Amino acid sequence: MPWLSYQKALNRALGDELARDPAVFVLGEDVRVAVSTVTAGLFKRFGPDRVLDTPLSEQAFTGFATGAALSGRRPVIEFQIPALLYLAFEQIVNQAHKFSLMTGGQARVPVTYLVPGSGSKTGWAGQHSDHPYALFAHAGVKTVVPATPEDAYGLLTTAIRDDDPVVVFAPAAALTARVDVDFARLGPVPLGVGRVHREGGDVTVVAVGHLVHDALAVAEELAGDVSVEVFDPRTAYPFDWDGLAASVAKTGRLVVVDDSNRMCGLAAEVVATAAERFDLLAPPVRVTRPDGAVVPFAPALDRAVQPDRAQLAAAVLKALKH
Amino acid sequence: MTRAPDTDAGLYRAVRLIRRFEERAVELVRSGDVVGGIHPYTGQEAIAAGVCAALREDDVITSTHRGHGHVLAKGADPGRVLAELAGRATGLNRGRGGSMHAADFGLGILGANAIVGANGAITAGAAWAARQEGGDRVAVSFFGDGAVNQGVLLEAFNLAALWRLPVLFVCENNGYATTLTVADGVAGTITGRGAAFGMPSVTVDGMDPRAVLGAAREAVDRARAGDGPSLVECVTYRFDAHHTWEHKARPRYRTEEEVRSGRERDPVVIQGARLADPERELVDAEVEAALADAVAFALGSPHPDPVGALDFLYATGMRARPGGGG
Repeated sequence: MPWLSYQKALNRALGDELARDPAVFVLGEDVRVAVSTVTAGLFKRFGPDRVLDTPLSEQAFTGFATGAALSGRRPVIEFQIPALLYLAFEQIVNQAHKFSLMTGGQARVPVTYLVPGSGSKTGWAGQHSDHPYALFAHAGVKTVVPATPEDAYGLLTTAIRDDDPVVVFAPAAALTARVDVDFARLGPVPLGVGRVHREGGDVTVVAVGHLVHDALAVAEELAGDVSVEVFDPRTAYPFDWDGLAASVAKTGRLVVVDDSNRMCGLAAEVVATAAERFDLLAPPVRVTRPDGAVVPFAPALDRAVQPDRAQLAAAVLKALKH
Repeated sequence: MTRAPDTDAGLYRAVRLIRRFEERAVELVRSGDVVGGIHPYTGQEAIAAGVCAALREDDVITSTHRGHGHVLAKGADPGRVLAELAGRATGLNRGRGGSMHAADFGLGILGANAIVGANGAITAGAAWAARQEGGDRVAVSFFGDGAVNQGVLLEAFNLAALWRLPVLFVCENNGYATTLTVADGVAGTITGRGAAFGMPSVTVDGMDPRAVLGAAREAVDRARAGDGPSLVECVTYRFDAHHTWEHKARPRYRTEEEVRSGRERDPVVIQGARLADPERELVDAEVEAALADAVAFALGSPHPDPVGALDFLYATGMRARPGGGG
């Protein structure tokens, strides 16, 4: 079977959806020459009416996508840098997301915001290293963080077909992941349905994006002593609470790893909901970036604020002490 | 009501309807039937009437937080607009939008927008989509003089001009961004903003429906012909408060003399003078009857069921987790 990289999976999903639905179009900075590579070949294949190079005008082209979506199109915006979402936050959260309710159901805004390279890229410093998915989940914007190439393909496909705005965060550290996959079996993956990557009986580790691979590595490392279940919700919002409940019902213990900031982050929500709803045998533990972290430049400093495997392993062992 | 026809009688009916609608709406704010207050459009009616008279039903508009006039001139039913202001289930937006978000997609009204300048970019996208569909539909973005300092609007000018989109940018320069005067808020000129992007940009008398119609028609023709966007600055005067809260807060930013002098050029009077007496009186009576029906419809309509407060949150019908405990 052929290899498929995460990056190529995103490219393939874009190409397949552009080919399937004439309403789909891609826009963003440098998408014609595919600086980020996820739009590679699309301009040549679909032309300038389907692949639009935009000026550096994040607010305008994000609002533009809303207007096009209100008029029946399905825009996919590529943001080269996650922090650009801050510039377009008004257009996404205050406009696109609110249109359906504010118009009493008259409007659909099927825009996909694709962010390849979210999170730390080691050495890209303060303004290029955020992983701001919790902000969108908090606002109620559908928020996806795929971990694997087949999920990247499937979730991006679903996001494009969804009638609501969806932000797809492709973590920088996951982009090089590759799997051996039968292309014929690639297909849409529903939003809000988690995936158990590894079954276990002692503790559930929740992770999204590249952290799933860290969680799997830690599970393997501890395999002789602890049976770790790795649960990937795949979408931060909507979150698969039932899937997590089923996993925790089996293990009774919960650890969450999340490389967004600790305060009001995804881990905070998972732990809070677990405290309300689940019968836990031990207090839940979370491993995150520090509160309010600004990612420092020097590689050792960057790594110091990221959750790592040693912290995760320690958290798992801590959860087991009770 | 149907969209304002481009005759003198049609223009008069539109300005008269908007004027009386706003006056009635202010009364309903005072009585408590319209909650949240409104941003009255009185004095600026000639702009909505003139621009919308240059449009077809399949053209689209986006509007501002001061949007009732645009929505009515594009053909929205006054009863349903008023029901929306009163937060009723029969409102244009089923009571989910209120005064600042009135929308009627069936009539090409893509929504009033409460963030100043935000609708410019949305309009550019709608215009692009219209062109992709083929045909010669155009899109209009209404905004105030305050919006010309918003970066997103200037970015939208660039996109529209660069891609020669069929857009008409209509600046309603009423002299004040809430309380800040144009002199204190705008460097250069408003038409200069458009000219900088290579857009034909003109200033017209925004108190005269005919003058607005003339400029709008030229711009719309240019857009339909594929010659790109235009900017029309309509110089007007807001007769009333920025918002009805001024009734209580009474911020001091313009003199009584200025307001009195501004009111002297009244678009309803200017356009009314173009009709013979019996015709004008007939329109007045017809507007009064339509508004009486609108008020009765709005105030007689049911309030929305609180159980459905978050209905329509997602176009896909997804339901949000409830917030209450237990």
